Amino acid sequence: MISAHILTLLIFTPLVGGVLLLFFRNESVVKSIAILFSAADVALAIYLYLSFDPAGNQFQFVEEMPWITNLNISYHLGIDGISLLLVSLTTLLTLVSLVASWSSIQKRVKAFNFFILFLEVGMIGVFSSLDLFLFYIFWEAMLIPMYFIIGIWGHERRVYAAIKFFIYTMFGSLLMLVAIIWLGYYAGTLPQGKFTTNLVELYKIAPTIPLSVQTWMFLAFTLSFAIKVPVFPLHTWLPDAHTEAPMAGSVLLAGVLLKMGTYGLLRFSLPLFPQSTFIFLPLMAILAIIGILYGALVSMVQKDLKKLVAYSSVAHLGFVVLGIFAITIESIQGSVIQMVNHGFTTGMLFLLVGMLYDRRHTREINEFGGLAKVVPLLATFFMIAMLGSIGLPGLNGFVGEFLILLGSFKSEFLGNEAYAIAATLGVILAAVYMLWMYQRVFFKTVDNPRNQSLKDLDVREVAVLVVMVLFIIWIGIYPMTFLSKSEPAVKALVDTMARAKIGVLTSVR
Amino acid sequence: MKMIPLSYYIVLSTLLFTVGVVGVLTLRNAIVIFMSIELMLNSVNLTLIAFSAYSGDPAGQILVFFVIAVAAAESAVGLAIIIAIFRNRLTVNVDEVNILKW
Amino acid sequence: MYHYIAWVVVFPIFGVIINGILGSTLQKKFGEKFVGVIGSATIGFSFLLALGIFLDMLGEPETSRSHIVEVYRWIATGGLTVNVSYLVDQLSIVMLLIVTGVSFLIHIYSIGYMHGDRGVFRFFTYLNLFVFAMLNLVLADNYLLMFLGWEGVGLCSYLLIGFWYDRKFGGVGITWTGDAGMKAFIVNRIGDFAFLIGMFLIFVNFGSFNFEAIFPGISARFGSGDATLTWITLLLFIGATGKSAQIPLYVWLPDAMAGPTPVSALIHAATMVTAGVYMIGRSAVLYALSPTTMLIVAIVGATTAIYAASMGLVQNDIKKILAYSTISQLGYMFLAMGVGAFSAGIFHLMTHAFFKALLFLGAGAVIHALHESQDIREMGGLKNFMPVTYKTFLMASLAISGIPPLAGFFSKDEILSHVYASSLWLWLVGVVTAFLTAFYIFRLFILTFEGKPRFDVHHLHVHDAPRSMLLPLWVLGILSIVGGWVGIPTSLGGGEWFDKFLEPVFDPAVARMPSIFFVEHSTEYILMVFSVLLAVGGIYLAYTAYLRKPEISAKIKSAVGDFYDVLINKYYVDEIYRAIIVKPLVYVSDRYLWRGIDETAIDGSVNGIGKFVRLVGRIGRRLQSGLVQNYILAFVLGIIIIMGYLILK
Repeated sequence: MISAHILTLLIFTPLVGGVLLLFFRNESVVKSIAILFSAADVALAIYLYLSFDPAGNQFQFVEEMPWITNLNISYHLGIDGISLLLVSLTTLLTLVSLVASWSSIQKRVKAFNFFILFLEVGMIGVFSSLDLFLFYIFWEAMLIPMYFIIGIWGHERRVYAAIKFFIYTMFGSLLMLVAIIWLGYYAGTLPQGKFTTNLVELYKIAPTIPLSVQTWMFLAFTLSFAIKVPVFPLHTWLPDAHTEAPMAGSVLLAGVLLKMGTYGLLRFSLPLFPQSTFIFLPLMAILAIIGILYGALVSMVQKDLKKLVAYSSVAHLGFVVLGIFAITIESIQGSVIQMVNHGFTTGMLFLLVGMLYDRRHTREINEFGGLAKVVPLLATFFMIAMLGSIGLPGLNGFVGEFLILLGSFKSEFLGNEAYAIAATLGVILAAVYMLWMYQRVFFKTVDNPRNQSLKDLDVREVAVLVVMVLFIIWIGIYPMTFLSKSEPAVKALVDTMARAKIGVLTSVR
Repeated sequence: MKMIPLSYYIVLSTLLFTVGVVGVLTLRNAIVIFMSIELMLNSVNLTLIAFSAYSGDPAGQILVFFVIAVAAAESAVGLAIIIAIFRNRLTVNVDEVNILKW
Repeated sequence: MYHYIAWVVVFPIFGVIINGILGSTLQKKFGEKFVGVIGSATIGFSFLLALGIFLDMLGEPETSRSHIVEVYRWIATGGLTVNVSYLVDQLSIVMLLIVTGVSFLIHIYSIGYMHGDRGVFRFFTYLNLFVFAMLNLVLADNYLLMFLGWEGVGLCSYLLIGFWYDRKFGGVGITWTGDAGMKAFIVNRIGDFAFLIGMFLIFVNFGSFNFEAIFPGISARFGSGDATLTWITLLLFIGATGKSAQIPLYVWLPDAMAGPTPVSALIHAATMVTAGVYMIGRSAVLYALSPTTMLIVAIVGATTAIYAASMGLVQNDIKKILAYSTISQLGYMFLAMGVGAFSAGIFHLMTHAFFKALLFLGAGAVIHALHESQDIREMGGLKNFMPVTYKTFLMASLAISGIPPLAGFFSKDEILSHVYASSLWLWLVGVVTAFLTAFYIFRLFILTFEGKPRFDVHHLHVHDAPRSMLLPLWVLGILSIVGGWVGIPTSLGGGEWFDKFLEPVFDPAVARMPSIFFVEHSTEYILMVFSVLLAVGGIYLAYTAYLRKPEISAKIKSAVGDFYDVLINKYYVDEIYRAIIVKPLVYVSDRYLWRGIDETAIDGSVNGIGKFVRLVGRIGRRLQSGLVQNYILAFVLGIIIIMGYLILK
């Protein structure tokens, strides 16, 4: 019974919790309800994970109910290995950020918790939608709570950052809406076809669209995703949004929202428009590599700790985009696992920066120094997160990065090893900016007197960080738990693209 | 008997109307603007009567009654508004009452 | 017994977990010794197990001494399948014994050395983690797992160099010990970049990272001098220059002396830096088929050897001298690998581990005794104050100078005779370096231990180290003497047991080399005599210059003048790197990338759009004057235009 509607449950449980908590006045009760419902979602996700059939490459747990019948729009949900991982990540990170923010959010606690839960609804909805219209609704629905979260509970330039985030992202989304409608309309012009936004059907139809039209649709979709990822040069909303957002906002923004862009590329841009993908492949790969190197170099010279981590996200997602457009099983698997990894490592970094901010109310790097002596536990967790981020073998980041680089090196779609070689330089640069930052913040002596009496982590903070570390190590040492789930879906995608390349346009699904 | 050519009435009307329009657009005193509006309305009345007389259709003249009634009502309301504005701002100079903007 | 190989690797992890998580509490409650014993015991168990496996192996027939033990499937997706599995063969067992044995001794030493430090548990956690990584490196049966160990030891090196992270340390662009650690990690990463590309090439050509899938049957597909193989071996070698501190990526090693001396002994002398040599040894088949790369390896090795030795001549910091000495000796090992003398290189790796670790540990004892002074100009006469250290240091110094019958003589001689057979020039470089080695090490020895004390005898109570520190010194001292006896060449009536033991591993490589280099016994005798004479000469010169007639050194210094400055400033290489790479990169990133592109160009356009919209609004707003008459005018104009349009149509 549960498994028949588990996706709907996953999506709307947080909403129920969000509405419920509005009725209570006591802040602790409100926070507890929020945590309870998001924990329930985590439990559902675990159930989902365990009941997922690892061999199938079709969508699983499919729910389909007609909605707007004369436009063929239905309430259509389903997941495959890729979305399974991302949905699980979302539930986990939401719970983590709620627990971590227990003491950082002082004002309007009800609204904050409501918005976080509302955000979770949107995020899981995006990953499980198989109907383009439904997908669009969830996609846009995420913008509103995020806008409020940044704009109300953020830092000094929060209003500017929130507006920039909203408008920038919405601009892309509107173009995507045009493309969705166009696509549905095109389906209607086919003999015996009708307007539809059903993804499974569009998988069969879209690759047959004449190239001149298909290119525009591809661009519309990809632009929207490229803004979200973000791909250079559309990335400038990210440093502001990440820096000004409160800790929970940054964790979810970096941990999940950015992945929607890359997920969109995998779920829509590539399989719907393969021929256009091939045309734009070199461009996207180059932009990805610029992102890797540029993101790292700009990260290096930042003076604000959070901005540094924000720019590092640009660099990390650059790897993911490269992996996607290399279109080999290894590289896309690497991208998928790296999406999950980034959620953990960068999410953990934002948690730690948030914890530092809670204590000192500053994010300036030169306000710190010598912290390893004062808060050794925090310093240790920070070291682990940092090492995961720079791809130390044995931790999660290495698995993703290595698969991406290896896959890109041997990719026939990219055709040139130079892409992978340029991207590997990012490995050096990542160490540079991270270690230098760690040196200035945690090592050296405690020069600033305000740093001398900082309190180390409390039990709640340690609990949250331990959960993150657990996954960082688990994925690094035994990634097969996760890689095996997504492999069939990735294989299907690569197969589809390979056939499209040689002109065979049947979809594997 | 020779009748006055229709075109004379039309031209007179047009001239009166134009004077009225220019008055509305350029004069500053609100009451004088209302006078100009009355002038415009009456010029239209003149046109209607002229056409009615020359075509023998009484519809024009009946329309004139409507116009006169409406003009009277509108003047009453308009002057009431001007008096209210005067009580607030102590001026009937339209240049100084420019709050219908951003 | 090799089935238990995984335990050898896992024991240190127990140490990491116990000391890492509970260490702080354990140290407070039970003291440093407790924590130190836990840390050392884990390595001790590993060593014992390794010894057991070795003894087992001796009982096996030569042809079946290679075993693979699969632990679990690590990464498998698409065409890639990589397992955590370990290769136990002659080469890996030799490395295993060296790593666990020397580590164990240094762990014991550290209990005494790190006395009084509030972070002893942290130290042992990092040391154990290091051993874990190093063991993975030498036992891996595939390049990816080796790479895990490769980077893992780099991490531990970083953590341990900057162990006293709140201490300052001078260097080019370095203010704190943490900066030195960072430098080590980053320079290593540059080498890792090349290593990764090499690995990608391997995968594309062989479909796997497993040694078993690459080496056997390779000649069927790749001939000698094949371009792809040359690239692979070259890239892997560049990675090795980073890890093993050869030109051009050696610059991190002298600064790594910022770390505690046991770290310098273990990581930067005996084990981590030898990873590159081991890697070439393991990949010998690939290198044998790439003569171009071999030549490059030999030349780089030889050049580094003499280059580093030249810098070691003039340093005044006891650890820095030893650091340059390490770089130089590693050069010898690479030189050996480059001419195809693979087991000679590993032999020297082993003897070097003994005497270099001993030298460092002895230096540590001296530094401790003199309350953290490291400048040899402020030492002298310690032989009366620290007799055990004196004796063992002498053993090590004789060993490194290549005086028979100590260990260094046999290994160095084997290398030099192979080199002589291959190239006269390289051999000359080798012997000159040997001369310089003897000279600089005895300069160090004399200035530290002989002569009159130049330190404050009355205020500093100088005595020999505690027993926990002296025991490893004795063990290593004995090993420095007898360690070479497993490799006595046949020319001197020995059995060459070491080479014979490793023969099955290196045979496939040696068989594929274009030409084999070996010398006649008669030539070998001449070479031996020659090198011993040079060594003795170097020692004698050092005695003369520094003990009997100290005025000579001052005269030489003034005669050489500027060149001396160049030497003591390490040929200004650090400064050059900083000026060419570091500074421009930071500058360009700050000015042009961040402020230029990101803030001005991109964000400028984004904000510019906003500004533009506001501008249009501002202009458009002027239409709303608030004057009713303007609005009526607009109506009238509109009507005229519309009517005009309708009429004219």
